[in-house]
Amino acid sequence: MMKEKLVTQQRMRTQAVRADDGLGPNTDIGARLRALYGAVQDEGVPEQLLDLLEKLDSAEQAQKVKNAGRDGE
Amino acid sequence: MLAVTGSDGVTGEPTTFKREMLATLPSLRAFAVSLTGKHDKADDLVQDTVMKAWAKQSSFEMGTNIKAWLFTILRNEFYSQMRKRGREVQDSDGIFTERLSVHPAQYGSMDMQDFKKALAQLPDDQREAVILIGASGFSYEEAAEICDCAVGTMKSRVSRARTRLQDILKISGEADYGPDAVSAQVTTTNHSF
Repeated sequence: MMKEKLVTQQRMRTQAVRADDGLGPNTDIGARLRALYGAVQDEGVPEQLLDLLEKLDSAEQAQKVKNAGRDGE
Repeated sequence: MLAVTGSDGVTGEPTTFKREMLATLPSLRAFAVSLTGKHDKADDLVQDTVMKAWAKQSSFEMGTNIKAWLFTILRNEFYSQMRKRGREVQDSDGIFTERLSVHPAQYGSMDMQDFKKALAQLPDDQREAVILIGASGFSYEEAAEICDCAVGTMKSRVSRARTRLQDILKISGEADYGPDAVSAQVTTTNHSF
């Protein structure tokens, strides 16, 4: 119940903020924009991008180990 | 190329930067598709952005808006690549074209096709403005910062984009006001715009 009320309040706030730009929840253009955008978002992130992030992160961690090792010597 | 050893639990800290970046990727990618018009180019652009962002992560303050920061990098990267390459002709169907197999249930595919074409007719600055505000969920202040313009400029771009889209599509701004309000608006279109 409380959660629903909160969601409604948030929605009303968004509605108020967006009321003047014609892109709010009741507008055709706003809804279609979000539908297009959302369809791409929902495709998920390609594997190669996730791999890239993993590699960047691993390389950084490896570098830290190397540096830590050097400090210890 | 890249060393991939000794990655786990070295420092004991969760890599917040990576996690926040991951969370932003779907939206960042959708914005990239809207800019490039093609999925393969969008993915290249996101990849370049991820590498750039990673290289300059020390300049990012944790706790501030990583989404806006990443969008700014991606947008700058896009326009700098465009300047180098020269403006390429966009796909004839406009933006958001390829592999967009999911059509939202409430719209027919022709309907969305028309909308994509209408979006493609907008000047670049108006299109990105209406997408950042209408779809990415940024405030006018954030969008203005991403596009390096004044807040007032951002507001006017969004307003022009909306008017232009309504004009092209011959639709009214409000969809829920019933047939009378809609037809009333349609008949006054030429005068009010």
